[in-house]
Amino acid sequence: MTKGRFGIHGGQYIPETLMNAVNELEEAYNKYKDDPDFQKELAELFNEYAGRPSRLYYAKRMTEDLGGAKVYLKREDLNHTGAHKINNVLGQALLAKKMGKTRLIAETGAGQHGVATATAAALFGMECVVFMGKEDTERQALNVYRMKLLGADVVPVTTGTATLKDAVSETMREWTRRIEDTHYCLGSAMGPHPFPTIVRDFQSVISKEIKEQMLEKEGKLPDAVLACVGGGSNAIGTFYNFIEDRDVKLIGCEAAGRGVDTFETAATIATGREGIFHGMKSYFCQNEYGQIAPVYSISAGLDYPGIGPEHAYLHDTGRAQYVAITDDEAVEAFEYLAKTEGIIPAIESAHAVAYARVLAPKMRKDQTIVVTLSGRGDKDCAAIARYRGEDIHE
Amino acid sequence: MSKIYKAFENKKAFIPFITCGDPDLDTTKKCVLEMIKNGADLVELGIPFSDPTAEGPVIQGANERALKGGVTTDKVFAMVKELRKETDTPFVFMTYANVVYSYGAEKFLTACEEIGIDGIILPDLPYEEKEEFLPYCKKHGVDLISMIAPTSSDRIAMIAKEAEGFIYVVSSLGVTGTRSEITTDLASIIKVIRENAKVPCAIGFGISTPEQAAKMAALSDGAIVGSAIIRLLEESGPAAPEKLGEYVKSMKSA
Repeated sequence: MTKGRFGIHGGQYIPETLMNAVNELEEAYNKYKDDPDFQKELAELFNEYAGRPSRLYYAKRMTEDLGGAKVYLKREDLNHTGAHKINNVLGQALLAKKMGKTRLIAETGAGQHGVATATAAALFGMECVVFMGKEDTERQALNVYRMKLLGADVVPVTTGTATLKDAVSETMREWTRRIEDTHYCLGSAMGPHPFPTIVRDFQSVISKEIKEQMLEKEGKLPDAVLACVGGGSNAIGTFYNFIEDRDVKLIGCEAAGRGVDTFETAATIATGREGIFHGMKSYFCQNEYGQIAPVYSISAGLDYPGIGPEHAYLHDTGRAQYVAITDDEAVEAFEYLAKTEGIIPAIESAHAVAYARVLAPKMRKDQTIVVTLSGRGDKDCAAIARYRGEDIHE
Repeated sequence: MSKIYKAFENKKAFIPFITCGDPDLDTTKKCVLEMIKNGADLVELGIPFSDPTAEGPVIQGANERALKGGVTTDKVFAMVKELRKETDTPFVFMTYANVVYSYGAEKFLTACEEIGIDGIILPDLPYEEKEEFLPYCKKHGVDLISMIAPTSSDRIAMIAKEAEGFIYVVSSLGVTGTRSEITTDLASIIKVIRENAKVPCAIGFGISTPEQAAKMAALSDGAIVGSAIIRLLEESGPAAPEKLGEYVKSMKSA
């Protein structure tokens, strides 16, 4: 089996033009990942710039309302730039700088990763170009403005379905055009090796902190950890340090869109099959001839037809469970958390909150679950209002 | 051994690319026959893919039009079967790994053997991952074509040593599409290929004019032209087969 495999998943299915670039990245990553100076510099950025460690908040009202397991919220939404994306971006930008790269390119769906990349580029004095599906530039106009404010160029992608998958394709194309000075700051735990590993490692700070915080607050590990899954970076970050703790249930919440029995869904585990795309072998929503399906979700960040290879493996082995949450359920959870806890979650994260509402009442009161709030929901308010029939403008 | 070598026998090969089913399979068939009549030595047949990540806008457009028209892998196989009744010019498929993987590698390559496909080019299958399909290719006598890029440097010898059929040399960085100028130091890349490979090499990406084709063919064993053909096809409407024939003639005589 070739490099970067998780069971049969993963690998490096990319054009020859990019092979030396990913090899160079892997070499640099192996050199720096255990380098104390690099880690010290990164920890400082995490703590002083991004505001880590993020809080583990006991959601008392939600717990009482649901009447079962104690619910904790891992507040990645409180990070600088408002989402977990900054963890990975600070790591990759620092790595890129060490590699002598002066330009960052990135894809973005909801815009959170684009904003995080533009932020790191500004911080490190690097050039930045973000590719974003044209449809997403419209549903996430505020984030487009934020990126521009941070000095990035935002390129609307009009090919294909003009959403996240097309943004990834276009960023890959751009990387083949210009490699020498450019690092592709991939935003999720997907793509060709070494990206799934690098992104997972930088995001695993989430589960590292959850573990410490739970031991401190409860004196034991959680019974279940929940996170939403598109490509799966906040989920793998939430799961990673618990994989060996077999008693901790790992639950990923996919976007079912209008339902897994409709064509308007982005639930890859529920509806996809094994395939090779965007540099990796994994599960993909596709037709019988392997044409990638035009997926749909209300959440631009989960609107992706594939899933990271480590999730595919965790699914195969049964170590993690993946559930599908519809638009309706996510929107209800979005509103529920706002009213119950005074926290407006990203619509992506609301998918995990939705499943917590199903799961917690079925569990005992002495059990605990942790839900990762991957991002904050300010960016989604206008879209949710429209979903509810209110025409408001940002 | 496939019959790809015949395309390079005692001459520089001219290799046109066409996306099957753009705008329909009947047009593709007519265009292929016209191009062969006018001197095409090997034809690269693209099986459309929804997300062709190595293609520029022109070929992306062709893929989209073909899929919109309802083309499937099975329909492309049926067209090739028809073409084989009229020509024995070598054919190679150009598509993406998922098209083969999803169809089932064994089933896909069995079909290739049956309909007379000589080779297959998968731009998202680098040297490191070729074992995914190579055993099936070998079993069915289909050459898995290797690509070498301007960034390949220390990888050239390794790739060239194991190459089959011919080597596809990518002329420049980036995706497919016409370029006014090709600035890569191809001569030194091809020198390393020559020292290591048993098969010929042809240059593709960015070639559109007879002058460029002549220059690239002089450096290597042939020239591959894609986007320029797709664009001409798109502009010519019903006259496409004839126009493509004329174009191939002009390129071939350059």
